[in-house]
Amino acid sequence: MTGLDLTWSPEEDAFRDEAREWLESSLAAWHAEHGGEDAIASGDTRTGFAQHLDWERRLHAGGWAAVSWPSEYGGRGASLWEWLIFEEEYYRAGAPPRVTQNGIFLLAPTVFEFGTRDQQAHILPRMAAAEDLWCQGWSEPGAGSDLAAIRCRASRVDGGWRLDGQKTWTTRGAFCTHLFGLFRTDPESERHRGLSYLLVPLDTPGVTVRGFGRLDGDEGFAEVFFDGAFLADDALPGGVVLGEAGQGWSVAMATTGSERGLTLRSPGRFLATAERLFDLYRTDPQPRVRDRLVDAYIRAEAYHLYTLDTVTRLAGGAVMGADSSINKLWWSELDVELHELALDLLGPEAEVEGPWSKGWQFALSGPIYAGTNEIQRNIAAERLLGLPRK
Amino acid sequence: MHFGFDDDQLAFRDAVRAVLDKECPPEAVRAAGSASPGMLDRGVWDRLGAMGLLAMLVPEDRGGLGLDERSLVLVLEEAGRAALPHPLVDTAVVAAPLLGEAGMVATNLGGPHLACAADADRLLLHDPGDGGLHLVQRPDAVLTPVATVDRTRRAATVSWDPSSPAPADPTSTWHPSPDPAGNPGAGDPARAADPGAGDLSSDPGEGFDAGAEDEGDASDDDLAWGRGSWDLGAATLVTDDPAAVELARDRGAWGTAALLVGLGRRMVELAVTHVSERHQFGVPVGSFQAVKHQLADAHKDLAFARPVVHRAAHSLATGAATRGRDVSMAKALAGDAAWRAGRVALQCHGAIGYTVEHDLHLYLKRTWALAKAYGDAGWHRDRVGREIGI
Repeated sequence: MTGLDLTWSPEEDAFRDEAREWLESSLAAWHAEHGGEDAIASGDTRTGFAQHLDWERRLHAGGWAAVSWPSEYGGRGASLWEWLIFEEEYYRAGAPPRVTQNGIFLLAPTVFEFGTRDQQAHILPRMAAAEDLWCQGWSEPGAGSDLAAIRCRASRVDGGWRLDGQKTWTTRGAFCTHLFGLFRTDPESERHRGLSYLLVPLDTPGVTVRGFGRLDGDEGFAEVFFDGAFLADDALPGGVVLGEAGQGWSVAMATTGSERGLTLRSPGRFLATAERLFDLYRTDPQPRVRDRLVDAYIRAEAYHLYTLDTVTRLAGGAVMGADSSINKLWWSELDVELHELALDLLGPEAEVEGPWSKGWQFALSGPIYAGTNEIQRNIAAERLLGLPRK
Repeated sequence: MHFGFDDDQLAFRDAVRAVLDKECPPEAVRAAGSASPGMLDRGVWDRLGAMGLLAMLVPEDRGGLGLDERSLVLVLEEAGRAALPHPLVDTAVVAAPLLGEAGMVATNLGGPHLACAADADRLLLHDPGDGGLHLVQRPDAVLTPVATVDRTRRAATVSWDPSSPAPADPTSTWHPSPDPAGNPGAGDPARAADPGAGDLSSDPGEGFDAGAEDEGDASDDDLAWGRGSWDLGAATLVTDDPAAVELARDRGAWGTAALLVGLGRRMVELAVTHVSERHQFGVPVGSFQAVKHQLADAHKDLAFARPVVHRAAHSLATGAATRGRDVSMAKALAGDAAWRAGRVALQCHGAIGYTVEHDLHLYLKRTWALAKAYGDAGWHRDRVGREIGI
């Protein structure tokens, strides 16, 4: 029978073994290079970002930076299943957060779907090699959940575009080299019409990046000012517009729920967090949190199994669609609960800066980024359950 | 890796759904609540039997379909969705693998209130004294209908006529134990007044003793259960192998989890229909965010419980070493998800959902009963904790 077959093929097992071996030895080498595991700073600090960039270069050299991409772009042609296996092994090994993830998980799917050959050939290999570091220019002070309210303008001029406006809440913006963003290119347009998806080198004159602090200590969070910056058509091989000009909204939305939209948070991450939580629990078992602890573990497992179900459907040709909204609700709230449990276990020690308090602070942003959980609930209700919009 | 179902499994599910839609509409469920003991209409049951459903887990050489739990799980979800009054899990999932084709079977393996005991042909009863499962012909047992919340469950407790012929292999004699309040055992003064009468119904099974597991909230009735051993009269020992009994219990818990997923989804469907049609303040009430968000969460919880139930089917079918953990994860998560779906569905229906004229209460009450059968969510989380070493 083919129904509910939960076995991996020998090739997939071999892939897992290869990944596990590489990760183990390479992590050790990376730690050693930087003075030991404890000397690695958070990737959201300047020091840490440089260290994590070095890790990205090692991943790339080993062919692990973007496993599911074709090898001509720096990947190794892995299947979706193999990607999932790699993610499991990645988190099991305790490998660090990917500072290239906004490019790899958010921009790259769009480049694959809408980019020209020239754009793909230029952008993707440099992204995988961490030579170009991409940040996302979506939000503006007046446009968060209501993305269609954006006002950043790209006015057509001779040989390119003139950029004016401001983007904000740009993760790692202060550390990146390029920005992908939505700009209003039709001055008469309103809302989601007349927008274009542009690719902007951040060293373009007239572009100013200003980092501002986050409550979890991240130094890379930034706002980006465009003051009459000239973005040349040939600033990037293949052009600086992704997809058709004026179609930016559809281009951006096409991959919001894509299978790689799924990749924003793979289950391995939360199963690994649950394991660390168990270790913490075992140092001083407190019966009063045990039931919640087990419940959180069950939810991490449920996320893993739901992902297997999702990948099965994607591998069979389905498109993810609005399911990604309940996906996001589940992992973001699980992450908060896992970290809150840790703080409960730590008691007064929770007040001291450490990985769990930092993790808690970051977990709190989960229900906010990638579409707030309130928006996700609206989407789930309207598109999955068919409830009326108004 | 294929976390999905094959065409045969899907086709069988569709066929069962068609039968249930036709033969087990809400009116039939309602009728089951008012039919006298022993007078449950068997129309839909016989139809399901003719389809082979009752013998799905029975080996082919014993007249069954020789399938495993993977082929049964979607069908059980359908039975849950229809709130099928008949003891499908007790018969097809728990008893049939042990007994072969068994007619309609009621069992105390899931709790002290046997579903459809008066309608069943036979009773499969667990004796904590010898730890065994015994087959008892219904006429040999004395059934006492119990006014449970869900009348369509047609629950009864079971006791023995001590003047029945002695069994060829007599088991232990049951003597009611006094509870701490000083009442005779079983919480039923009428039964206790007959000192010879055994009361098999009083044992919810090892581990399902609500009084012992509860942290201080146990009522006197709870504490009166599960004490002592009994004289089974004319009974046949089916098995006293602890592993076989535990497997039967796990099957019951898993099957009930599948029913709960179906029930939960039905209640969300009803609520979505209601809030789409119900207009207040000039708009459908389903357009209000407070309503949308509750339903989105109920849908999400069921969507993530489902793959956990499916994985447990796989664990049962393949004899996985993690079976206990996997079944308990499924029962805990599905029970909680269905419970929450019930709360949300009732709230979204408003006052009309609170009437017995409306169908919702049929599904609600069934959910409340099944969430507690074969171990409630808290009991199963505790078991998961033990299985994973927490």
